[in-house]
Amino acid sequence: MRLIKNKVELNGSGTVTLCPEEPEDMWHAYNLIRPGDLLRASAIRKVTTTQDTGSTISSRVHLNLEIRVKNLDFDPQSSQLHVGGQIVNETPHTKIGQHHTLDLELNRNFTLEKEIGADGEGVGWDSIAVQMLKDAVDEGGNRRAEAVAVVMQEGIAHICFIGQFQTILKQKVEMSVPRKRMGGSEHDKGMSKFYQTTLDTLLRQLDFNTSITSMTSSEGVRPVLLASPGFVATSFQKHIQTVATNSPGLKRLLPSIVVVHSASGYLHSLSEVLQSPAVKTILADTKYARETKLMDDFLEQLRKETNKATYGPREVESAVDQGAVGRGGGVLIISNRLFRSQDVAERKRWVSLVDRVRDIEGGDVRVLSSDHESGTRLDGLGGIAALCTFPIPDEDFSDEE
Amino acid sequence: MSRHRMKTVSYDDDFEDDDGYDSPDPEEQEFLEQCTKDVLGQLRSGEPSVTATRDEVQEALWHYYNDVEKSANYLRGKKAKEIQKKQTPATAKPKVLAYPIPSPTTSPQIAHFSASEFFRDSPWLNVPSHRKADILVEPLYPRMGLLGGAPESSGKVSKLAALAAARKKKEGEKPPVEATPAVATPSADKTPETPATEAKPSSLSLRERLAANDKPRKPSNGISTLRSLGKGSPAPSPLLKKPTPEPMKPEAPTEPGLEGPAENGQADHKEKEEPEVNIRAPPSGFASTIVGDSTRPTMTEPSHLHSNTADLIRIYGQDLTEPFDFAGPSPDDVVVNAQSSAKGFKSKQPAAKSAGGKKAQGDLAGGMGDLSVAEKVNVKSKNLDVLSEYKKSNRKKSANFVVIGHVDAGKSTLMGRLLADLKAVDQRTLEKYKREAEKIGKGSFALAWVLDQGTEERARGVTIDIATNKFETENTAFTIVDAPGHRDFVPNMIAGASQADFAVLVIDSSTGKFESGLKGQTKEHALLVRSMGVQKIIVAVNKMDSVQWDKERFDEIEQQVSSFLTTAGFQPKNIAFVPCSGIQGDNITRRSEDPNVSWYTGRTLVDELETSEPYSHALDKPLRMTIADVFRGSVQNPLSISGRIEAGSLQVGDELLTMPSGEKATIRSLEVDADVSDWAVAGQNVVLNLANIDPVHLRSGDVICHSSSSPIKNITSFTTKVLAFEHLMPSMVDIHRGRLHVPGRISKLVATLDKGSGAPVKKKPKIVAPGSVARIVVEVNQGVPLEAPTRVVLRAGGETVAAGLLE
Repeated sequence: MRLIKNKVELNGSGTVTLCPEEPEDMWHAYNLIRPGDLLRASAIRKVTTTQDTGSTISSRVHLNLEIRVKNLDFDPQSSQLHVGGQIVNETPHTKIGQHHTLDLELNRNFTLEKEIGADGEGVGWDSIAVQMLKDAVDEGGNRRAEAVAVVMQEGIAHICFIGQFQTILKQKVEMSVPRKRMGGSEHDKGMSKFYQTTLDTLLRQLDFNTSITSMTSSEGVRPVLLASPGFVATSFQKHIQTVATNSPGLKRLLPSIVVVHSASGYLHSLSEVLQSPAVKTILADTKYARETKLMDDFLEQLRKETNKATYGPREVESAVDQGAVGRGGGVLIISNRLFRSQDVAERKRWVSLVDRVRDIEGGDVRVLSSDHESGTRLDGLGGIAALCTFPIPDEDFSDEE
Repeated sequence: MSRHRMKTVSYDDDFEDDDGYDSPDPEEQEFLEQCTKDVLGQLRSGEPSVTATRDEVQEALWHYYNDVEKSANYLRGKKAKEIQKKQTPATAKPKVLAYPIPSPTTSPQIAHFSASEFFRDSPWLNVPSHRKADILVEPLYPRMGLLGGAPESSGKVSKLAALAAARKKKEGEKPPVEATPAVATPSADKTPETPATEAKPSSLSLRERLAANDKPRKPSNGISTLRSLGKGSPAPSPLLKKPTPEPMKPEAPTEPGLEGPAENGQADHKEKEEPEVNIRAPPSGFASTIVGDSTRPTMTEPSHLHSNTADLIRIYGQDLTEPFDFAGPSPDDVVVNAQSSAKGFKSKQPAAKSAGGKKAQGDLAGGMGDLSVAEKVNVKSKNLDVLSEYKKSNRKKSANFVVIGHVDAGKSTLMGRLLADLKAVDQRTLEKYKREAEKIGKGSFALAWVLDQGTEERARGVTIDIATNKFETENTAFTIVDAPGHRDFVPNMIAGASQADFAVLVIDSSTGKFESGLKGQTKEHALLVRSMGVQKIIVAVNKMDSVQWDKERFDEIEQQVSSFLTTAGFQPKNIAFVPCSGIQGDNITRRSEDPNVSWYTGRTLVDELETSEPYSHALDKPLRMTIADVFRGSVQNPLSISGRIEAGSLQVGDELLTMPSGEKATIRSLEVDADVSDWAVAGQNVVLNLANIDPVHLRSGDVICHSSSSPIKNITSFTTKVLAFEHLMPSMVDIHRGRLHVPGRISKLVATLDKGSGAPVKKKPKIVAPGSVARIVVEVNQGVPLEAPTRVVLRAGGETVAAGLLE
């Protein structure tokens, strides 16, 4: 995402103009745009005018509309973001107060304005929003560490794209493969059919050009991770090799294939995949890898039962209150799902907690992407966890709920 | 109601009317006396003046319910006719003929009267026995013999009867007016018959029988009360008339034209009224006697008896049409036929025919019903009572066992050896395997190839999926489930263990291997099978040849493994140890001949397997079966599923519901242990060939149940009490139940529980330590068919984290 214009005031209100360049930017936009914000973007609107005679003419007009955001709809599969709200600017074709849903498009600028009202009912550009903006704009420039992972087991394959901030399950292949039986070759047949289907799906998702002319293209191929328990991934790799002998275009894919072990063919085995040394060398220092590492550290602490790790909203807040999440190793791990809350107060609660840990307590704050495997794990723990500098006593929060 | 009983009743009723006259009601008697006098007076004074006997009068009175006027009229008319008849040169025969047709009631009236005369005292003792004997027995027995072939009595059809039947059939098509004489003839027909059937069951003398007949007199009592009721009302109501067996006859003279149809109509009614026909019979028999008597009063008794017999024969000869018409399609026969379709009444052709016709109709209707059941493929259910079929079938006791253990412990080889030694695999196949195995440099895997059929398995020398095989010993049919030992294939092993009754744990005794195994899958597998409900475990200490059958090594392993197994929850009595060698075959089916093994005196592996007790299964619960495999059976059966029935029973033609897809299927045919069968019950390994379902809806791990009786539900969240093998915290897990393998997540740790009492120790723990028991909530993304109490295994990161029971 490119930052076109930045006019954020000191008090937190202000506007930012951004240009999304790749699908993942939509996900950033999804995290940045909150209900209540003002969003200005180009739109195509069907306008119907009634003539004096009563006949109607409808036409599609290009407009620049500014809406006050009411709701967001993000489709991770196709990376499309639809933002619904009420129009606030007057145009020749629309009235103020009409509803419109803006579809953000790649390479088309949009302007986002966050305000803090006179009595502070808005959140403005708080620290989290600024951080997200930084992530989105990618100041470090260490992007593009992307990989495609195929997590499979007999009869099931999940094809997913691992990006910097999110893991998108592109497609799931599920087939009923006959089990091995006495004297039957059904199983082998079924497996090769399954491999072929998975390969076809994978190539389609990769937009992979298998024609011979593509051999000369210098277009890079993203690493493809094949992960499975047992020998499924290995056999799949063999299958691709066999197919490649007949289809030379496919040979380009072969060098980028990495076979790794996973415990099962389901998506949550991805953590194991991404921890494997073979993958680590490819996706050296991705955010993902760091996040996964962090979660593992946290769970390790939890297992040791040192009481230096805690999770859950109430528990973490209590730990912060006790000053346990401070300098010298205190880490607050929080899922960005919490910041997407529709409730302004809720968001403020978490933002203030983050600010407090970071600025007052001096602890480390890690915002995990809920669209990554590590984030899903964290969500399972309530979306928030903390590593403490000293053991805190167990408290009974059973009154909760 | 059986035919026999009806006959008995009718026989009773024969004498009942006699009884009725003598009913010991003094008031009634007095009243009757009064009426009799009145009638006699009227008869005498009336025009033409006639005389009647007291009994005649009383009879008439009875029939008219003590209506003096009517009785008198009737008697006068009757007597007048008799006088006329006497003048004609009438023989007994025309008399009899006349009696049914023109004035059917006349002769029965007399007959009745006189019969009652004879019979009146018979049940009431005081009557010289010779009298009964002479009158009843003599004429009756011959008749019985003569008419024994009558169609009514079961058995052969006499020629006469057959002829009669034929004629009757012909006559049956004649207009109904003709039917009127039937009244008399059936009676004649039945008179002898009643004793005939009576005679069959007991060899009592008639007298004894008569005496006995007195006892079951209840109906007659009822009748007498009815009569006394009727007495009160001067105009007898038809309602009251009907239940009494007699009223038909007095009615006849007043409305002669109606009699025939009425008679037929009544007979048509049902068996209840059937006795009437029979009741009429005896009097008619005697009637003829008495007719003769009255017409030729001078005749001696024997002579009139003879003539009487002749009369009867003649009656048969001429009127036979009617009696059969009546007896043949008699409604009670139809009813009896329908009710007890067991005994065929061959003698009764038309009846049998009608019954047959009915049956055919029933079949047709059933066929139509069946047609409407299935749309695409019509599989007719035999509607067997599967449980009783199962009880009837005398199958060998069967047992499934799973072979578990660390990878490369020699599970498949051990089982291959077992199958080879028990001749479950033929020698040629074995040699083929040996050649092929040697070719790829894996000679020692030849035996394992018996079970490791997959190309991948053979190439890598490791079992990947479970393999099932069968062998039989003298007492038991065993099904081997050979599970993979590799940690990646624990899901497959779980699928195998879920089908097992008991387990064989194979341990590699060679140096270093045992220790690594104990840390690895030896432990995990043992814990898994235990938590899946397996009680009994046989530990095969394999590869003992590699340690020279060292007793100390065996003891060490036994000690370590048994202590571990007991902590895992196996009872010491359910653990057995066998030192053996799979590759050489020692102590598997045969005792080892190696002198080093002399220290071992226990059972061989097969003997140990034999000690397994039969396992009971929930046969009467609703059907549950987890699909182990979906495959194409053959051209005839393009879609088959296999698995072990966990509960309930099924049969060919059943409509099944597959969950979670919720699609319906029909069982086209099924196989139990590779034998075609019509039904199967819990505990059996079956292959179901399905119809009317798309294979897309079937996946291994799906659950099969009956759509009609308590189908399993899909759930997205469940609470389970688990034993934690690893640290538990809210996290993603794989949920395993047999072949079912779905992703899910532990969403809540409800409480840690006390191991003994199950009482909550700590609510909402942050983490559950290994070895503790906890109640947790697990959520799944898509609905899965699970229900309490089901055992589930939770795994994460390639390790079993917990096993528990659904709540």
